[in-house]
Amino acid sequence: MLKVDNLETYIEQFHILQGVTFEVRKGMITVLFGRNGAGKTTTLRTIMGYYPIANGTVRYNDEVLNNLPTHLIARKGIGYVPEDQGIFPSLTVGETLVLAQREKNKETEEKLTWMLELFPDLKKFWQKRSGLLSGGQKQMLAIARAFINSDGLLLIDEPSKGLSPLMVEKLMEAILQMKEKTTILLVEQNYFMASEIGDYFYIMDDGKIVHGGLMDELKEDAELSMKYLGVS
Amino acid sequence: MNAILNLLINGLSTGLLIFLLASGLTLIFGLMSVLNFAHGGFFVWGAFVWVWLFSATGNFFISVVGAIGIGMLIGFIFEKTLIRPVYGNHIRQLLVTLGGMLVLVELIRMIWGSNPIRAGLPVWLDGSIQLGGVVLIKYRLFVILVGLIIYGLIMLLLKKTKIGMIIRAGVDNREMVQALGINIKAVFSMVFILGAGIAALGGTLLAPYSGIIFADMGLQYAILAFIVVIIGGLGSVRGAALASIIVGLAGAFTAFYYPDLSLAVNMLLLIFVLLLRPKGLFGEKG
Repeated sequence: MLKVDNLETYIEQFHILQGVTFEVRKGMITVLFGRNGAGKTTTLRTIMGYYPIANGTVRYNDEVLNNLPTHLIARKGIGYVPEDQGIFPSLTVGETLVLAQREKNKETEEKLTWMLELFPDLKKFWQKRSGLLSGGQKQMLAIARAFINSDGLLLIDEPSKGLSPLMVEKLMEAILQMKEKTTILLVEQNYFMASEIGDYFYIMDDGKIVHGGLMDELKEDAELSMKYLGVS
Repeated sequence: MNAILNLLINGLSTGLLIFLLASGLTLIFGLMSVLNFAHGGFFVWGAFVWVWLFSATGNFFISVVGAIGIGMLIGFIFEKTLIRPVYGNHIRQLLVTLGGMLVLVELIRMIWGSNPIRAGLPVWLDGSIQLGGVVLIKYRLFVILVGLIIYGLIMLLLKKTKIGMIIRAGVDNREMVQALGINIKAVFSMVFILGAGIAALGGTLLAPYSGIIFADMGLQYAILAFIVVIIGGLGSVRGAALASIIVGLAGAFTAFYYPDLSLAVNMLLLIFVLLLRPKGLFGEKG
């Protein structure tokens, strides 16, 4: 579904991505692991067109996305949840989710209804300004917004960051349910959580993919998970 | 009582004139972080085109519509040719928009000459009315009314329409708006043109208000507009409206009671607000 091949990205003079290659399979959750500064967020932001591609290709459903403007990449059906959630503080929850419906039709209405069932807090705080939500509620809103707006693929950047274990568990359950309706590329540092829901994994280090495969294989390879992820 | 009421009317009308300039400026800055020092140019063009059309047609409304149209056209050309290439670079924006302002002013001198021009007033807006023994100048009340209507329309646009939601979301986080499949540059062009049109409307209202127009007057009002944008909070139309009224009233009252302070009062207000609230009255952005 999404194929990233030999991707290279510079931010100013820094060579951040140095030939990243991986694939996201349809209907699966693919997890991108890696230490801070490994290039995970840069990979997502490059796919979304925030950074220009210096080399390599990004293909979505066999269509090359290289250096398209962000809004056109999003219109291909790719939803994005940034690391900082990218909330619109002055918009209410309702306004944010209405804005996420690029076109108001049966399909997007159904998506909205389903998101409100999955995250009842969003319905409860429909009239509340997004900036006043708790961290967990903001994350729910960011995921719901991206899901409603997208059509096939979600890129989610560290959804567990800064959240309580209970909230992380809730979000993981929701992401697992969303897998039934969309493909997900998840960037995560929380190995225990991501290894429970992921189907495939890739490990990034110094701007490159150093390992990849089935999540079950990673779980069984204690040496690998210790070396790159610091877990045993 | 008469003096205080008249000072209130003067302050409010001046404040709402400043608001017409500041509303576009604050949205342009809030949405795309573009520092547009040429915004006063649209204002002064509005004034000159209005005077020219009014003297030719004698019709107040046709002249206003024409002046707004020309202001929007200049805004369109300006955004396409000068602003787009300098997105994201404040130093270049500063140089390009200051240069653009000079060009707009010089073009006015080329077309209408360097001397100040008298601006007339339609008969139906001339004179004054008496309210409970207090004499009020009709035109100033008219300016207040138009200013309030424009404020209401802008708030209606921002709060009740999808495009308004996009603008507010863009002020909050323009990167994220793009990730929702929205072409933020197209939205910005629209806001820029709309802001230029509102500034031109401000100019048309100012012309009969001051009675005399001159090419450099845009800069004078642009400085006031920048002050209210900062006091109100970058990107906040509500903040710009409140700050404009505060600045207008402060100017009117100090000019009457403490004339020596009248030049400094805006700066003092700015310092006072920034000390208490560095992001301005309603600002989310620092």
